[in-house]
Amino acid sequence: MTDDRRPPLKIEALEKHYGPVPVLRGLGFEVAPGERVALLGHNGAGKSTLIKLVLGLIRPSGGHIRVAGHAPGSAPARIATAYLPEQVAFHKALTGREQLTTFARLAGEAPSAVMPLLERVGLAHAADRRIGAYSKGMRQRLGLAQALLGRRRVALLDEPTSGLDPLSRHDLYAVIDEMSANGTAVLIASHALTEVEARTDRIAIMRDGALVADDTLPRLSRQAALPIRIRLTAAEGAADQLHAELGGQRVNGSAVELLCPADQKMAHLDRISALGETVRDVEMVPPSLEDLYRYFCGEDRQ
Amino acid sequence: MIGRILAIAAAEFRIQRRNRWVVMATAMMTLFALALTFAGSAPTGALGVDLLTVAVASMTTLAVYLAPFMALMIGFDAIAGEGERGTLGLVLTYPLSRGEMLMGKFVAHLGVLAIAMVVGLGAGGVVAALTGGAGPDSVAALARLIATAILLGASFLALGYAASALAGSAAGAAGAAVGLWLVFVVLYDLGLLGAVVFDGGGVFTKSVFPWLLALNPADAFRLWNVAGTDQVALVSGMAGAGQTLPAWAAPASLIAWPVLAFALARLAFQRVEP
Repeated sequence: MTDDRRPPLKIEALEKHYGPVPVLRGLGFEVAPGERVALLGHNGAGKSTLIKLVLGLIRPSGGHIRVAGHAPGSAPARIATAYLPEQVAFHKALTGREQLTTFARLAGEAPSAVMPLLERVGLAHAADRRIGAYSKGMRQRLGLAQALLGRRRVALLDEPTSGLDPLSRHDLYAVIDEMSANGTAVLIASHALTEVEARTDRIAIMRDGALVADDTLPRLSRQAALPIRIRLTAAEGAADQLHAELGGQRVNGSAVELLCPADQKMAHLDRISALGETVRDVEMVPPSLEDLYRYFCGEDRQ
Repeated sequence: MIGRILAIAAAEFRIQRRNRWVVMATAMMTLFALALTFAGSAPTGALGVDLLTVAVASMTTLAVYLAPFMALMIGFDAIAGEGERGTLGLVLTYPLSRGEMLMGKFVAHLGVLAIAMVVGLGAGGVVAALTGGAGPDSVAALARLIATAILLGASFLALGYAASALAGSAAGAAGAAVGLWLVFVVLYDLGLLGAVVFDGGGVFTKSVFPWLLALNPADAFRLWNVAGTDQVALVSGMAGAGQTLPAWAAPASLIAWPVLAFALARLAFQRVEP
């Protein structure tokens, strides 16, 4: 019972070196129950290393990890952790039901939990087919089913949507939402920025083994102070006048694009509305996660 | 703990059955055992022993080669193969210790070997007994042969796991398995033989050689079966070396080998980072 009051995942000053090469440098963050956190970063930023450390598959060179208050790799920590590897693989010779039953027995769950889970991920019809005959999407669903076994406090999902069709992606995020509603802390390592933008509560960005951003999307936007893009469509033949009046950049024949800091948005809108008939349409684009990602990864050279 | 070991063992046994290893190993053992039994039926009369005794002697030689071979073929893939296919990382995130996982596989693989030995050697024994007669001594010899063949297989299963954990890749593990088989089953004996010839009946041959023989699980297996029955020793012509050793030496070696090799495999497995 005391477990439930401890944070599902707590990481402090985590260090990992491979020989003299640092892979993680003083990483620290927490994930609260039910929180969905996107873990972003380039290949080689240390995301997979971080996940392996949380799973207890490798040992840190320094710092602490606590999974529901337990050391990673310990039996209670493993019981509390669900994991979906990027390239999820199973024994080809086993059927989906047999493989999931094995996992259920390892997790201390009753085998009767298996069929409902297969139904939940849409694999009931293939339960008694060998995994060797499964498609990539079906294997991923089976991987998700095993991550749903038991009452997990933390779920670590490594590129969960890679190679999935749009419908399967939608199903996957529905399952993730369900996990989060049940109080499971979900950590999603991903490159699919537009997906996680809409589907997570918090964004953590890693760069060269350190955390360079860790907050909600609106707060990261404010912190980065990236400009809002305002796109104006001019009335017939008025584009030049608009450009002269407001500055910015001409885009094709009839549009003007402005970049304005977030806190000057209203002032700009005032000026635009004062122009009256000259402006036919206004479109505002806040900085996307992709812009933020570029910014925090130090690749925004504009 | 037992539940988790059995969960792994059940899945692993299923995999072995679907990979046809159960059928192949059993068929191989049966085929060779029957062939040897029929081939060995000729000299019975001359030696004055029943056919089962002769069959046990020839099947002992068969098992020395085949039991380690089959065990290594099953064992080499256990860790490296799983690591390569990517199944190891996920399994190890479950509340399952590496020792439990290895033990689960060991139970399943030993089951496969036991089926092959009981059916194969048993079939050879039954045919020999039916056609050429058997006595209580020769039946006991057959039982001993089957039990020790399983122990021999257990030793090489565990050695295969150790190779699998240390090799890093399935191909490397397969190569190491072949190497282990050559060293333990072929080269070791050749080396000892060379040393004995060189020594020419000196101190080495009388007091060191028998112990070195008992140290190798394959030779310990042979010694135990030969020393067990005078008649088998007579038929196989291998009595000399066994007589200078205390009776416990070969059994102790063959029982210690699976335990020590398993401990070695467990240690090696610890170093594997999936």
